[in-house]
Amino acid sequence: MDPYQAGYSPVHHTDARVKVVFSVAFILTTALIPIGSWPMFVLLYAILFSLIILADVGVGRVLQRSILAVPFVLAALPLVFTTSGEQILILDLGLWRVTATSEGVEKFLSIGLKSWISIQAATLLIFTTQFPDILAALRALRVPRLLVAIFGLMWRYLFVLADEAIKLRRARAARSGDSGIRGMNKGGSVSWRAKIAGGMAGSLFIRSLDRSERIYVAMLSRGYDGEVRSIPLSRLKPSQWTILIFGLGILGIIMLISALFWG
Amino acid sequence: MLLSVEALHIPDGFLSVLISAILWIVSIIVVVYSLRRVGQNLDERQLPLLGVLAAGIFAGQMLNFAVVGGTSGHLMGAALATILAGPWAAILIMTSVVSIQALIFQDGGLLVLGANIFNMGIIGVTVSYMAYRTGISLTGNSKRGILAAGFSAAWLSVFIVSLSVGIQLALSGTSPAYLAIPAMAGVHALIGVGEGLITIGALSFLLSTRPGLVQPEEGQSVSGMVVWLAGLLIALVLVILSPLASTRPDGLEWVAIEFGFMDKARDSLFQIIPGYELSGISAGPAATIAAGILGVVLILLASAVVMYSRRQRQISGK
Amino acid sequence: MHHSIEIEGLSFSYPDGQEALRDVSLAIQPGEKVALVGPNGAGKSTLLLNLNGILAGNGSITVCGLRVEKETLGRVRAMVGMVFQSPDDQLFSPRVFDDVAYGPLYQGLPLETVHERVSESLAAVSMSDYAQRVSHHLSMGEKKRIAIATVLSMNPEVLVLDEPTAGLDPRARRSLINLLDELPLTMIVSTHDMPLVKDLFARMVILDRGSVVADGATNELMDDIHLLEAHGLERPY
Repeated sequence: MDPYQAGYSPVHHTDARVKVVFSVAFILTTALIPIGSWPMFVLLYAILFSLIILADVGVGRVLQRSILAVPFVLAALPLVFTTSGEQILILDLGLWRVTATSEGVEKFLSIGLKSWISIQAATLLIFTTQFPDILAALRALRVPRLLVAIFGLMWRYLFVLADEAIKLRRARAARSGDSGIRGMNKGGSVSWRAKIAGGMAGSLFIRSLDRSERIYVAMLSRGYDGEVRSIPLSRLKPSQWTILIFGLGILGIIMLISALFWG
Repeated sequence: MLLSVEALHIPDGFLSVLISAILWIVSIIVVVYSLRRVGQNLDERQLPLLGVLAAGIFAGQMLNFAVVGGTSGHLMGAALATILAGPWAAILIMTSVVSIQALIFQDGGLLVLGANIFNMGIIGVTVSYMAYRTGISLTGNSKRGILAAGFSAAWLSVFIVSLSVGIQLALSGTSPAYLAIPAMAGVHALIGVGEGLITIGALSFLLSTRPGLVQPEEGQSVSGMVVWLAGLLIALVLVILSPLASTRPDGLEWVAIEFGFMDKARDSLFQIIPGYELSGISAGPAATIAAGILGVVLILLASAVVMYSRRQRQISGK
Repeated sequence: MHHSIEIEGLSFSYPDGQEALRDVSLAIQPGEKVALVGPNGAGKSTLLLNLNGILAGNGSITVCGLRVEKETLGRVRAMVGMVFQSPDDQLFSPRVFDDVAYGPLYQGLPLETVHERVSESLAAVSMSDYAQRVSHHLSMGEKKRIAIATVLSMNPEVLVLDEPTAGLDPRARRSLINLLDELPLTMIVSTHDMPLVKDLFARMVILDRGSVVADGATNELMDDIHLLEAHGLERPY
């Protein structure tokens, strides 16, 4: 479940603070470049794709994750037909008659591409950065300590509780037999199934509660006093500053060019 | 079958930068306020409790169940978190769940994370709280009353959040209002039933094993009233706005145009810079080809570096 | 010379009225390693939690000459290193380093000392290479060792362990026993693992229904089959 892919690439070795800031800036740039500015799309994706190759984490794995955004693209599909502009295709669907416009297609493609590029940038970040490093980076970026501490505990126990959820699911599957009686509704009604899932959610909740109590005792035993403390990060090295400024500079240039040509 | 998964986690690319920014600001204010309340309000055991409960809600979302052929219902969890942990803690729990989903599993985008926190964390929790409290006070503190209130909180929270997502998409110009809003609302009116049923299942399990966990606190505090009012207001505004926006799109489109105008204003900032005359030149296929060549060079370079370092490692390994 | 742990007339009841400890008295010398055995529900865990003031009953507990009370909790908790049964509860930080550094950090030690303590304690449990590892990828045996390191880093006088060998495969169990044998600390260990008791502990305390029913040399008590059977215990072969 942990998506981190261990490696020795320059991308892995870059400071997590630099990677977090650059990733967000990259996604922001992707969001800001104008619709239909294809050369900018090509450039941005080329940069990202080079980084994916450089990270050596498997292009296929990254692409596989990027499919996640596909169902949502449906929401933008109507734009093909509702945007006014040069008509390129007229479809007769019995009662309805819809016209696709080239502006609509351009808009739809741009939104889809932006989403697809952004998700790959986020994937590259989590593939090459251990989550505890991202947490430390968030702390350095002034995200409230208490919130970062909650994220950290959540991440730590995600795997433990997910294991318990999987065991519960397995236990349900083991008891979900088929009676073999004809006409007998296998698996019961929807509301019955939902109730079973709910019961499992309830028992997960109790387990979480009990576990949090035990963790609290373990924390107290080691001196916890209600305050969140952590080891401060060392200052960003000059080489890392250089990488960050160089990276942000390139994104700035891309924004500038796109504003000049497609503004 | 319309959609096989709930579509409440907005990915990057589907909201305009302006709307993302506004919702970031709102979310930050509410989350920081919740942190302060939870921090000062209660003892030290809140920290492990919140962290582990967030993990629990996340794990609970893995317990999907089959609804009809291929469609599966699963939990958003805002209602359950609100009922069991109270509104302020629930906002932090949902914020953590949504953030971890975006950061680690790319379920929802990073730039739009503020919007997703706003939808599932803030709207989901306040609406759940409003519906649950109202339900409890109408039906009394009976077991049936709690279950009915839990169901309505769960259903309404999913439904209202879906309206909010639909409106945000429409405002961003990524989906036409008269399609996005009814589609989101229709699908999630169904998904909400699943959420409601799971919530009932969880609550009745807890009522029979540890009833103390579900008993609501006596009386209502001032801050509880504020959350209740906020939930009511949000629900009302969205319920009234949605049909208006989808049947008479002029109003919403006017707002969208206003937003578009602001995007234009941003662009004109750039146009002050010398080189403005360039903007007229059509960036035709030549520019795309040039960008493509540059891109290929970059990618080849990266590949060469990887090849080289792999070989180096092989040599040093031997 | 003061005892490392001195318990006098300790009684404890849970808020629901359930009586868990009844007039328990126990003295443990510095450097002594004592096994605490007894059936489930005998009060073993309750007794351990009283040692560092997580639970507070009637009676008195003195640790290294310091009475356990509200004012001394901070120092007592640093002196009594408590290792819980489930390492997943003990290792609550995302990364091994942060977990081992947790105790020293809350003791308010300067950063260099914290770093020193972390590397010393990881070395003491032979896990020096694991500082940057993520806890949930570790095996049960590795987690148990790290859990011990998380309390060693506080430089405790007394090590308290609850079921240290539960859930370990034979090899991990053996290596943990060797580790416990080597650690030069006063140790009080609650366990069901009778072979472990026989191997490692010269002294054994049997607790049943909240009272100490026997306290003496392990090899003598182990021979008293009637005593063992009466308290749900088994003699190891």
